[in-house]
Amino acid sequence: MHDPFKFSGKALIAIAILIAALVALPFIANAVGLPATTPLATRLLIYAIAAGSLNLVLGFGGMISFGHAAFYGVGGYTVGILFQHVRIGEPLFGFIPGTEQFLIAVPAAILVAGAFALLIGALALRTSGVQFIMITLAFAQMLFFLFVALKRYGGDDGLIIRRRNALFGLNMRDDLTFYFVVLIVTIGFYLLLWRIAGSRFGMVLGAIRQNERRVAALGIAVYRYKLAAFTIAGMGAGLAGGLVANYARFVSPDMLHWTKSGELMVMVILGGAGTLLGPLFGAFALVTLETVLSGWTERWQLFLGPILLLIILYFRGGLSGLFKFIGGGGK
Amino acid sequence: MTAPLLLIEGLYKTFGGLTATDNLTLDVRAGEVHALIGPNGAGKTTVINQLTGELAPNAGRILLDGQDITALPVHARVHRGLGRTFQIVQLMGTYTALDHVALAVQAHQGHSFRFFRAARDDRGLRDPADALLERVGLKARADEPVASLSHGERKQLELAVALAMEPRLLLLDEPMAGLGAVESAQMVELLQSLKGRFAMLLVEHDMEAVFSLADRISVLVGGRAIATGSAADIQADPAVRVAYLGEGDA
Repeated sequence: MHDPFKFSGKALIAIAILIAALVALPFIANAVGLPATTPLATRLLIYAIAAGSLNLVLGFGGMISFGHAAFYGVGGYTVGILFQHVRIGEPLFGFIPGTEQFLIAVPAAILVAGAFALLIGALALRTSGVQFIMITLAFAQMLFFLFVALKRYGGDDGLIIRRRNALFGLNMRDDLTFYFVVLIVTIGFYLLLWRIAGSRFGMVLGAIRQNERRVAALGIAVYRYKLAAFTIAGMGAGLAGGLVANYARFVSPDMLHWTKSGELMVMVILGGAGTLLGPLFGAFALVTLETVLSGWTERWQLFLGPILLLIILYFRGGLSGLFKFIGGGGK
Repeated sequence: MTAPLLLIEGLYKTFGGLTATDNLTLDVRAGEVHALIGPNGAGKTTVINQLTGELAPNAGRILLDGQDITALPVHARVHRGLGRTFQIVQLMGTYTALDHVALAVQAHQGHSFRFFRAARDDRGLRDPADALLERVGLKARADEPVASLSHGERKQLELAVALAMEPRLLLLDEPMAGLGAVESAQMVELLQSLKGRFAMLLVEHDMEAVFSLADRISVLVGGRAIATGSAADIQADPAVRVAYLGEGDA
């Protein structure tokens, strides 16, 4: 079968092992005396969500969005601003009360980011190709400067969130607890991506990437499907942003900067665009490389570049292609 | 006589200084096969692309079943019953033959904003798609990715995809182009078997195929129809002989 979204027995075992390893990771890290691994792994998972959401448009839909960090940042600021209004005890815009509840703040982050994605997508998707890249970039930079200018929420310096959001009376301050919260969200998010990719919607999206003209000739209103995918992807980035605001207890305009959009793109391409788990591998590889290399040398980017280049040049499917090659599952 | 299914009135299209469609008036009756022939550069594909909505005419109207569809976008015309095949096959490289037809069935059933159920396990899509592949003789190749299909098989697949949309009028843009003699004969036979189920506007260079399939033939030269009539009329028409059939056919 050529169905990339149906897993063979071997792939299912590999996924089970991956999940088991992620569950065991913080305990092993503590046992071997590397407790800092847990927060690092939390950050990896959050990036995996952000990159996974970008993959929906970039990998599955073939839309090269260069402004995805905008939605990540908007999600982060949603959590940050809602928290800020609890602290100052005054509603946002005079009527929206602040919140420090995880189950309100994070869904709000998803919705607000989705609304921005719907708006930006509605305009940007009127174009394609290089124009689309430039327009998504331009919108993202506009939002970046908007948050720089928002002195009320810290402007350039960013906004400190004094406490993580509350969830079921869990001790969210505890890195281990927070790691498992993020892990559950990540697994749920990837399950959702898997369902979407194989659904009727996913079939349309994959067809649009390959031959838009053909899809229109089938009587499918291409624009609507692209916009839906763009919006869902924005919501996913908003989720990641909401989580990272909790993780770091800090948001800043850097989250929306174009270099962050670029980083997310590198994760997707490095891991394997259009593959289900590629962005997860890509996020892991990029953050791990950054961490390891920057521990060795200040000029770590000088070494990161060639490594990325080699992987992308020699393994067209990114890391997913590499794993397939090793596992012998590829063609 | 009843109103035609498709009526093209005074269609006019220019590209810069070039007039590609020049005040073209043409009709297709329900159930008939109307062939559009003409030398290379006569503007046949330009007409097709204006009918499908990929190109907007500078002037003129296109009526389908009496309704003006001139300003409708591509996808909306398909839902009005206007199907097409492409001269150069337009397929999705990683999808199988069955995927293509199932996607067309899915599009015909309505919107595809369904996010959870696995489309490749959906019998409501797969069964009708299987039946259509059998109809065009591709059943044995259903699970092959289109990249491994032959040119002839891809042309058959184009047709199966068009059939899935249950068109009232099918625009066939050179269905025999690039086919060998045997494949070409099979395609003619296949189209022959579909005749009467829906109307067809057939653009084709293969005169043998045109004469055996078409009820009426229009000859397009320089973007205008210089003659319309039965095969015998067209072959006898002196203007057509000069402009098109001419010495090259002798």
